[in-house]
Amino acid sequence: MNEHVATAPADDELEVSLVPEADFARVRFAGDSGDGIQLTGTRFAASAARFGNDLATFPDYPAEIRAPQGTLYGVSAYSLNIGRTEVLTFGDVSDVLVALNPAALKTNLADLKDGGLLIVDESAFIDRNLAKAGYEANPLQDDSLGRYRVLPIDITTRTLDAVAETGLGRKDATRCKNMWTLGLVLWLFERDTDAVADWLQRKFYKTPEVLAANLAALKAGHAWGETAELPPEMRRYHIPKAKLKTGEYRTVTGNETLAWGLYAGARLAGLDLFFGSYPITPASPLLHALSRMKNRGVITFQAEDEIAAVCSAIGASYAGSLGVTASAGPGIALKTEAIGLAISTELPLVVVDVQRGGPSTGLPTKTEQSDLFQAVYGRNGDAPVPVIAASRSSDCFDCAIEAVKIATRYMTPVMLLSDGYIANSAEPWPLPDPSKFAPFPVSFRTDADGFEPFARDPETLARAWAVPGTPGLEHRIGGLEKADITGNVSYDPDNHEHMTRLRVDKIRGIADALPEQRPEVGKPHGRLAVVGWGSTWGATRVAVRRAMAEGIDVAQIHLRHIWPLPKNLGDLLGAYDKILIPELNTGQLAALLRAELGIRPHTLNKVKGQPFKVSEIGAAIRELAAD
Amino acid sequence: MNEIAPTPLKPKDFASDQEVRWCPGCGDYAILKAIQKTLADIGAEPENTVFISGIGCSSRLPYYMATYGFHTIHGRAPAIATGTKLANPELDVWVITGDGDGFSIGGNHMLHVLRRDVDMQILVFNNEVYGLTKGQASPTSRVGMRSPSTPLGSLDGPVNPCVFALAAGARFVARSADTLQKQLSPLLAEAQAHKGASFVEILQNCIIYNDGVFNEVTDKKTAPEHTLILEHGAPMVFGAEREKGLRVKPGGFGVEVVTLGDGIAESDLLVHDETNLDLANHLARLTGPDFPTVLGVLYRVPGESYEARVHEQLDAARTEVEADPHADIDALLHDGPVWRID
Repeated sequence: MNEHVATAPADDELEVSLVPEADFARVRFAGDSGDGIQLTGTRFAASAARFGNDLATFPDYPAEIRAPQGTLYGVSAYSLNIGRTEVLTFGDVSDVLVALNPAALKTNLADLKDGGLLIVDESAFIDRNLAKAGYEANPLQDDSLGRYRVLPIDITTRTLDAVAETGLGRKDATRCKNMWTLGLVLWLFERDTDAVADWLQRKFYKTPEVLAANLAALKAGHAWGETAELPPEMRRYHIPKAKLKTGEYRTVTGNETLAWGLYAGARLAGLDLFFGSYPITPASPLLHALSRMKNRGVITFQAEDEIAAVCSAIGASYAGSLGVTASAGPGIALKTEAIGLAISTELPLVVVDVQRGGPSTGLPTKTEQSDLFQAVYGRNGDAPVPVIAASRSSDCFDCAIEAVKIATRYMTPVMLLSDGYIANSAEPWPLPDPSKFAPFPVSFRTDADGFEPFARDPETLARAWAVPGTPGLEHRIGGLEKADITGNVSYDPDNHEHMTRLRVDKIRGIADALPEQRPEVGKPHGRLAVVGWGSTWGATRVAVRRAMAEGIDVAQIHLRHIWPLPKNLGDLLGAYDKILIPELNTGQLAALLRAELGIRPHTLNKVKGQPFKVSEIGAAIRELAAD
Repeated sequence: MNEIAPTPLKPKDFASDQEVRWCPGCGDYAILKAIQKTLADIGAEPENTVFISGIGCSSRLPYYMATYGFHTIHGRAPAIATGTKLANPELDVWVITGDGDGFSIGGNHMLHVLRRDVDMQILVFNNEVYGLTKGQASPTSRVGMRSPSTPLGSLDGPVNPCVFALAAGARFVARSADTLQKQLSPLLAEAQAHKGASFVEILQNCIIYNDGVFNEVTDKKTAPEHTLILEHGAPMVFGAEREKGLRVKPGGFGVEVVTLGDGIAESDLLVHDETNLDLANHLARLTGPDFPTVLGVLYRVPGESYEARVHEQLDAARTEVEADPHADIDALLHDGPVWRID
């Protein structure tokens, strides 16, 4: 065992390590947005997962589908971190950077560590591309890359040579260079090409010449690594398998697990799933994933706009299905009025917000956590909804089930927060045992005797779900204020106050059923707690575990429930001398906790469209711990 | 066991216990009455009948029906109704909307519910004014209309609801008016019988903010001269003495009003063909003073509705799914590349 490896807090968890290139390695592929970078990264991640590494990925691509070739803003990148130890972030710096053109080099070089391996496609470093990237001189020919181990390869020519026999035209043949590159990187990490080859067979079985070319390029890249007489400093990376828990695994992204979790929730509730949505980055893959589940009876409805999307879901819930809608921040803004209607009519609804940079259209493909205020407060009237935030791709599954459970149990819309990072990043997921999820079957009201549309369950304060088609329960609902019990339209001042308080109390009461908040890592009291929500989980956890390994008294507390907050949260946070809240916004959770709990947290905020680096949170921990 | 035939429901059985609160004399009362009569006539089941509305005077209607009802938000009734119908195609869904709700704030949803062709009846109460917000010009108001928001006269070109519906791809487009009870109720029954989005424009009088705007059409004295009631397969005759008709303009496009006699016979007149889209488009645009306002079914072609196609596609795609939720979820998670670590 490596002596730098710190002791893990629990037996079934992987260790945290500080030794790059021995315990984990971080690779970044970067190129033009038409170069197939995302695919290269995804396949490498799948191969590493299959091999048995822990891994985390970060797809980072431009909003333009095909930005002009060779431009800085057209660069697409895919970072991943594979390890024998716990790997929860894509890594602060890269050990290996593959740059397929000058623009990719320029925009990604800063994150390559000193002495890191830099593989470039030499053939792309021509004057035109250099000029587009703003290079005055070819960096391959001056001393500017002296801090790195540079491996220039004429990838384009080698790819064309490799696929020459398949008869593919030059343009199509050139597109295989991502497979050549992948072949080389697989060799570099001592992996074979089998898993990727299998995948290519499945993907291109209908176009044999494309399949043949991709396979040829993949194998040629791998063989080149094997046979080329590389300089001695070009050593291979030996990252052993992680000691993962036994069981079945699958590489998943957050949008996939969300889709499965929503379906699982509907099944556990005994409901049909209706998904009304409007395409928007980065939530669209959720629509795509659910659209592929028609064989399981899932109805997906691509609406004319965000408003119709949420309204169709409300209409479906009204009729007795589980209505779900999803969007990103700007789309959620449009859905706001309808969410208020679902609050007023007390119908179940799950609203997924896959957050991205804002305000307005902001940064469509970049991640951010700035919709917390929108989720908690962003409606007209006193209009509370429960808010749940997923912390990572696999957590989306559990959160989705929980959202369905709360929506149906309390007859309320639920906001489920994800973000661009969670939505697209991949991790190996030990498949859960579904039998651990207790069913929570919904029972529609069918008894006409004594039925009142707005009579409530005394425990949950939920009204009964009485769906059209049920004889004897005919009633009218709507967005106008309604009289308690009967639901008839009412402008009575006292009734309005009473109903407003009832709706607020119903949502606050959800806290009674929430588990106590506990630290994720560390003791339930002490010097410093790092409190987070959403996708900062991974970077925070690694930072906290490393700080603990250095002997710092620090704990990680991560909130799944943003509204209502866990009941013991105030007491728990009070047991630490200091609180640090890292967020990818200007301090929204910090403001909420200040208001709700009266705490005075330290904040660490980043609004760059990029996830936190471990080092950024680590530095803040050390600084606060040292005071 | 003997089956006891249920007592047929009467129009009043479709009235809820809520006091109707429209302005005295409002055209909405007549429409409400026609709807309740229609439901009784067709033997509607209250538990399977759903009225979904947006915002505005007309959209209060669901409160007054002893069926299921959902008073929703500005312009969005078609979208909510679409979700309801998709989730339960067995329900008979009626959308109640007005000219402002349906064609201003909800214009987009109106377009899409019609082009998708979801099976429901969409009743547009068109009074050419915003009533509930106190009399501003609406998207169907005529150019020059003076209102609190257009004191010097409205400059906006009006929407013609039936032309809009036809352009959006509706397969059932009809027009009637609030007080034409004899015509309105059977028309609603036909709309209900049609599979697909049935669009019915109902000219409606707002006694407070736009009183008398459709007098020519609804006043018994003037109506015969100013309206033409369509009947499939019948020549287009109108007038107090049924002395006028519409015929194709000789030597050109379009139609003209002619007087029968003097060598012009009924056989020279246009015969209504409700499956002719070009004809429907033309008829929908006719307006006074030169032409009668055309009422009745302008356009109707049978076809399969959206929710039926959706469920057909679902059924065709359906594979064997584990009845036990846990087994099913397990199967879902295993539907893809999974590997074991031992």
